[in-house]
Amino acid sequence: MLYVELIAQGLIQGSIYALIALGLTLVYGLLRILHVAHAAFFTLGGYVGVMVANQTGSLAAAIVAAMIVAGIGGILVFRLCYQPILHQPPFVPLIASIGLYIAAEELFRIVFGPSGLTYKYAFLQGQVIAFGSLRFKEAEIAVMLGSAAIIGVLSLLQTRTRIGVACQATVSDPQMAESFGISLRKVGDINFFVGSALAAFAGVMVSVLNNMVEPTMGSVPSYKALAIIVLGGLGSVRGTLVAALVLGVVESFGTIYLGHFLDRNAIAFAFLILVLMWRPQGLFARS
Amino acid sequence: MEYEISLATTMAISVLFALSLNLITGFCGQISLGHAAFLGVGAYASGMLAKAGVPFLLTLPLAMLLSGALGIVVGFASLRVRADFLAITTMGVGFLFVGIVRQQDALGGEMGISAIPDTGMSKLAFMLLAVAMAAAAGLLSTYVRRCWMGRVFAAIAEDEDTVRVMGIDVPRFKLTAFALGTALAGLAGGLYAQHLKFIAPDSFGFIESITVLSMVVVGGIGSVVGVSVSAAVLSVLPSWFQVIGDYKLLVYGGLLFLMMRFSPGGMAALVARIFHPDRWGSK
Repeated sequence: MLYVELIAQGLIQGSIYALIALGLTLVYGLLRILHVAHAAFFTLGGYVGVMVANQTGSLAAAIVAAMIVAGIGGILVFRLCYQPILHQPPFVPLIASIGLYIAAEELFRIVFGPSGLTYKYAFLQGQVIAFGSLRFKEAEIAVMLGSAAIIGVLSLLQTRTRIGVACQATVSDPQMAESFGISLRKVGDINFFVGSALAAFAGVMVSVLNNMVEPTMGSVPSYKALAIIVLGGLGSVRGTLVAALVLGVVESFGTIYLGHFLDRNAIAFAFLILVLMWRPQGLFARS
Repeated sequence: MEYEISLATTMAISVLFALSLNLITGFCGQISLGHAAFLGVGAYASGMLAKAGVPFLLTLPLAMLLSGALGIVVGFASLRVRADFLAITTMGVGFLFVGIVRQQDALGGEMGISAIPDTGMSKLAFMLLAVAMAAAAGLLSTYVRRCWMGRVFAAIAEDEDTVRVMGIDVPRFKLTAFALGTALAGLAGGLYAQHLKFIAPDSFGFIESITVLSMVVVGGIGSVVGVSVSAAVLSVLPSWFQVIGDYKLLVYGGLLFLMMRFSPGGMAALVARIFHPDRWGSK
């Protein structure tokens, strides 16, 4: 029974990772940059969510507002920060992105204070649903279902709509796509909007789960999401999803069995290093 | 005077540490996001040995040896994965170091180790030692860059596959760069532990790795003078301007971003631009 519970907890954590990592994959697939500052939109989503929810009392409004604000922020970051340095060697955007993330985290701390904010109204709290002998918080169920629904809708949009297909075409061959009249800038905008909005959704869900937001809430997911997209084979959406869930489960088992020797982050990165030494191109790379 | 001596020691250790990363990232083009782990290995080795009764000056070479040996192990990773993958792997090494140390009671766990025995040197002598080490690292860097090995490093940074095709044993040079750089980081760690008399796992985490990387990047990747100057300035900036203390990370992050966004070659490139305006944008 312990195993089933650990797997369930791992999958919940994994679906949060998946939401964050998906945006990173979209960006990496398109621009080949490791967008560390992505996690800032996770934190931003949490803050916008808490503030809107406390003003309006509606969680739905909070989620929508957080996704829109973060999405627009994503486009701004793409246009102002990344686009001018895309032709530089890869470490230039990487370091720029790390700098941006550190500065953003500090801004959250300075503007909203170091101790964070909490929800005035309780959303999805307390209630425990029995599921056989398994027990979940309502918020945990919402996280799982929400992630599954959003990822499902996204994959439908990607394969069934014109613009979705354009995005896919751009990822697989930017030059060819451009010569077919697809605007790279527009595709970039869309990827950054969608990716950042997904991170914001994850931010709201996590803030509901913990009933608080704090300036540093993005730091661990940000590095872990990087580990996940590398595990998934950089740029592969399916690989990212599987890697996120696998990492969630590995962590939840690891903290039980290796917890006295390694902390949670170390377990995740030990797993990453082991996998990379075995398969340097990641678990699910399309060669 | 006491304060100035302590400040100068901090500067010298930072310069040494930044130069050590410059060997790996600047010269050889192997990005490392976990370099603080090696500072930590050196600091813990030197601190533990000193507490066990080993004389201070003997702990330094031992710290270098241990750090360099682990550096070679991580260097093997650079043979297996490249560029973005290597960046994430080294970041993982950093998290792994902190995660392991934090859980070991023998290493003081979360609390770290304190009351590291005195070196028997005066503060002034210790500062001079640190400055001498930093200067030696600077000379070594300048020498390495001029000798044949340094040219191979530069070639690997530029285009690894071509170097391989030319029949040069790339793995050997990469491992040498890692061994040299991490051993120097270990030396910096030993000095750091003795300077502060107290070390804890959090002093060697991701932020520290980023800080040293920002010193290298802001100075100008690969430029010995640029990196030394920026490491010296950035390490004492927070204590010079008390106001900025609370905003230290904001300034670091902002500087790092602005430098990459507007002058990816760092201060060295900025200075070159000012003195050779005709070459504007030629890089």
